[in-house]
Amino acid sequence: MSGVRVLVGTRKGAFILKSDGARRKWEVSGPHFAGWEIYHVKGSPADPNRLYASQSSGWFGQMIQRSDDGVVTWNPVDNKFAYDGVPGTHMWYDGTQHPWEFKRVWHIEPSATDPDTALAGVEDAALFRTTDGGGSWHELPGLRNHESGPRWQPGAGGMCLHTIIQDPKNPERIVIAISAAGAFRSDDGGATWKPINKGLSSKHIPDPTAEVGHCVHRIAMHPAHPNRLYMQKHWDIMRSDDAGDSWQKVSGNLPTDFGFPIDVHAHEPETIYVVPIKSDSEHFPIDGKLQVWRSKSGGNEWEPLTNGLPQTDCYVNVLRNAMAVDSLDSCGIYFGTTGGQVYASSDAGDTWAPIVRDLPAVLSVEVQTLS
Amino acid sequence: MIRVVLPFHLRNLAKVDGEVHLRVDGPITQRSVLDALEAAYPTLRGTIRDHLTYQRRPFVRFFACEQDLSLGSPDIPLPDLVANGSEPFLIVGAVAGG
Repeated sequence: MSGVRVLVGTRKGAFILKSDGARRKWEVSGPHFAGWEIYHVKGSPADPNRLYASQSSGWFGQMIQRSDDGVVTWNPVDNKFAYDGVPGTHMWYDGTQHPWEFKRVWHIEPSATDPDTALAGVEDAALFRTTDGGGSWHELPGLRNHESGPRWQPGAGGMCLHTIIQDPKNPERIVIAISAAGAFRSDDGGATWKPINKGLSSKHIPDPTAEVGHCVHRIAMHPAHPNRLYMQKHWDIMRSDDAGDSWQKVSGNLPTDFGFPIDVHAHEPETIYVVPIKSDSEHFPIDGKLQVWRSKSGGNEWEPLTNGLPQTDCYVNVLRNAMAVDSLDSCGIYFGTTGGQVYASSDAGDTWAPIVRDLPAVLSVEVQTLS
Repeated sequence: MIRVVLPFHLRNLAKVDGEVHLRVDGPITQRSVLDALEAAYPTLRGTIRDHLTYQRRPFVRFFACEQDLSLGSPDIPLPDLVANGSEPFLIVGAVAGG
């Protein structure tokens, strides 16, 4: 019997939301790791019982937890993220050079084929890999040592590597995104990298079309079309049809193209979802109306999805890692808010209902589709 | 035996209740106590002091015998009452508002 497991990371722990394929009744468990910030929880595509969680705290630093039994139990694995060699410096807020300092893991991306292999995106921006189930983590230093590294600068949320996309048709190709350095791609398994920001234009940097410095909020890809990437930038919805070599703006008729998450329908590679947010100065929906907007044409033409979402007095935000889709026949869409609600749609966004309403602020949402 | 009191979250990570009792060889200092603690509970590595520099994490404090020992050298001997087990070495998460 099919079902889904929604993995929710919050400011004060992780929550696991389970349902059958109908997705009407939900079983909620948690908080797991109560009191800790859970930036990300993700399951292995190769083994749904293997999950990794990034657990962190301003007091006690970073932990990585691993479950081998489908979230029944968790055990800590290695939490040492040491930059390779002498870390060097990047641009600080005041324009001076600042040493690279590890702060937390934002994103864990398990391998599609090996449960023991995963990538981790961290703040200050760097990419690490484990090949022994989290027993040890080793940096892929080619990214941080890119010649543009000293020009990378943190955004207001820190200099985080928050997006990791592995090309299912080409295991040597990895796309990542860093706030506020931009998007980068490796075609040799992470050894070397190049910026892929051509076509982006950002008014908040001195040269709006610079090679690096863009505040990319999130990138999404449909596995059937790995060369097509969708991006929610600080402002602007962007699309690439050549694996990031060039980008075109596809904001179209959106009421605002500021926002954080973006995702793709599981079965329709041209159908994408964003949550428009009023502005970078006001991180809440326009007029207190929480709306997901959907494009069925890969951007430019958008429609609001409001059925079941609050349309008065709603002033929450939806963070960059807090939207996900399942792959059941009728695609499910999920997102979590800074107000602690997790909304679900089992009909590709036509209608919505909250699974839970009063969790701590939601940092991340991932979904496992279980068979 | 050296008595160590961990804060709530570190007790959970170490899967212990109450005080931790450690046998520490040689001089009883912050460093030797923390070395023994991390050897006994490897999951605590990196949570109290940095993995690489061994600097105390900024929001962790060390108290004993009604003294704040956080800012002292990690190699200064701890008070006799800690060394002879009469008083615990307290590892404390700094208070934070909210």
